[in-house]
Amino acid sequence: MSNDMIISARDLSVGFQIGTGIFNKHILKAVDSVSVDIETGSFFGLVGESGSGKTTLGRAFLKAVPITNGTATYDDGEVALDLATLDGPALKDYRKRAQLIFQDPYAALSPRMTVRDIIAEPLEVMGLTNSRAETDDRVREIAAKCRLNLEHLRRFPHAFSGGQRQRISIARALVSGPKFVVADESVAALDVSIQADVLNLLKELQRDLGITFMFISHDLSVVAHTCDHVAVMYLGRLVESAPTRQLFEAPRHPYTKALFSAIPSLDPDDDKSAQKLDGEIPSPTNQPPGCKFHTRCPFAVDRCKIEEPKLEHADGTGHEVACHRWVELMEQHAL
Amino acid sequence: MSDLITVQNLTLKFRTDEGLITAVEDVSFRVRKGEVMGLVGESGSGKSVTAKALMHLNAKNAVYTPESKIILHTDEGEVDVLALRKASEMKVVRGGAISMIFQEPMASFAPAISIGKQMIEQLMLHSDMTKAQARTHSIEMLDRVGISDPHKRVDQFAFELSGGMRQRAMIAMALSTQPKLLIADEPTTALDVTIQAQVIDLMKDLVTEFDMGIIFITHDLGVVAQTADYVSVMYLGRLIEKGPVREVIRDPRHPYTQGLIAALPKLDDLESPLTPVPGDIPSPLERPPGCVFNTRCSKIVGDQCMSVLPPDVKVDPVHRVACHIYKEEGQA
Repeated sequence: MSNDMIISARDLSVGFQIGTGIFNKHILKAVDSVSVDIETGSFFGLVGESGSGKTTLGRAFLKAVPITNGTATYDDGEVALDLATLDGPALKDYRKRAQLIFQDPYAALSPRMTVRDIIAEPLEVMGLTNSRAETDDRVREIAAKCRLNLEHLRRFPHAFSGGQRQRISIARALVSGPKFVVADESVAALDVSIQADVLNLLKELQRDLGITFMFISHDLSVVAHTCDHVAVMYLGRLVESAPTRQLFEAPRHPYTKALFSAIPSLDPDDDKSAQKLDGEIPSPTNQPPGCKFHTRCPFAVDRCKIEEPKLEHADGTGHEVACHRWVELMEQHAL
Repeated sequence: MSDLITVQNLTLKFRTDEGLITAVEDVSFRVRKGEVMGLVGESGSGKSVTAKALMHLNAKNAVYTPESKIILHTDEGEVDVLALRKASEMKVVRGGAISMIFQEPMASFAPAISIGKQMIEQLMLHSDMTKAQARTHSIEMLDRVGISDPHKRVDQFAFELSGGMRQRAMIAMALSTQPKLLIADEPTTALDVTIQAQVIDLMKDLVTEFDMGIIFITHDLGVVAQTADYVSVMYLGRLIEKGPVREVIRDPRHPYTQGLIAALPKLDDLESPLTPVPGDIPSPLERPPGCVFNTRCSKIVGDQCMSVLPPDVKVDPVHRVACHIYKEEGQA
């Protein structure tokens, strides 16, 4: 089974040191004991509010932030790597296998480089090609796959719209032939009419190039449409993880349910205010004991304030939830 | 309901090195008391520029055509906003009768001055309150928008508040002068969904309580559906469809509005693929002749789309569409 998983994490934590000195120093746990498997070739969605640790988890998988505790492995069938200890030449090799697509296509592209140079840069830096002609071939090939015209390659980024710029960033991320790509809020900065186009492109690339995508987003409706499997994070913890359809039809965690209810409905007469959440996500430096969600949970009981729930199998294949009361709530149809 | 603000034939161009750029063209609408008007459009559609025009806030290189009229109806009579010249006169529309909430609450508060001091300052400018009265009133407003410990918060700085709190404080500040019209420019875009839902509920309550009019600018049709009574859809500086929110969202008539709704990922249908509106919004430097949407429209009906500006057609008494597909009843 583990061979089908490109990324496998067990009790993965990422902490950042805040403040200096003996008394002022504390550790901010951005990601706290997360165990997650990402199936090879899948479109894996990671959802959460700001401060939930979703970006940090993505960066930990890319070795862009150090893993403080736990294990994470990468296995694409060609190489198997232990991400926690990875360094030196093996890390360099990993850089071409795992890539990142950024959120803001306006900030991610250098205004002083032509589109050709932007896309070619990873190849040159990683030394993946032997001649300029070969580089050009690779650039043209990936540009075509990302639906960019060849004449676009000679221009500078300022000449392009948001959607086109995001396609350029995608081409740059994919030119080294990665097997695993983290797309961090990659459509959040785009207009609705363009967003659908970029999402369709990512799905196409997943199918045609066999890339595994980890799609980080705060927008549940976007995730619902693109991902095969969705994990929900809250305050550094994984609270629920399930195949997309299952998660949307039968969420088992009160937080997941609340997130769904909060999406503004297109139906003006649909009033969902009864299920809206009070309060805000607590500060990661001052986390509540017990279940991290108990301060906002309408179903919290005393046990939730003391004991932290573990991720356990819920009803349905591949469905996991971390809540003391999920069975009870399911039986009462409370969610 | 009485009119609060009427915008007639608003055309606004910016003088730039590359020539005159049309940002808003021939836009007319009105907002009445106690009514929320949703102004929808993508980036570059001119919705923010339109909103700024209402407060005469656009940069110095903005040129309004002589036909453009913005009339604010106050208890003291009508104010022709575009005719205001002196800063002292503009006090009426800037923070007096009209207040504005911006998208990024962090950027809208001065970072080195406490929230309370900023609220007190504008209250003293726009009313005859004493400093002590202004402070009491500010605390009341913070309490009203759901900020806990308003006595403590009033002396805090913007960076000490979370995103949701900051936006609430922004709303408290905008409403403390009791404006007649509130312009909210993407007020929930930077917020998380659970916080967005709270802020939307709060704004709905406040319209009823204060009997104001609100112009709610957003690109999110879901947010509009949940907040607005009327919707105006803008594209490339033109108002292409307007009507009551239920009619426009359930039965959109303009191909662009239809495309926007089709492009939206819907939770009740996960199977069907997303349908983007093909192409990109053209640069304002390259406005197409004829209908502004003709470069992306899939329902072109003939040459007139390419050369003739579509007239405003009443598809029913209150629902108007600017598209050649439709003909006024009795004309067809």
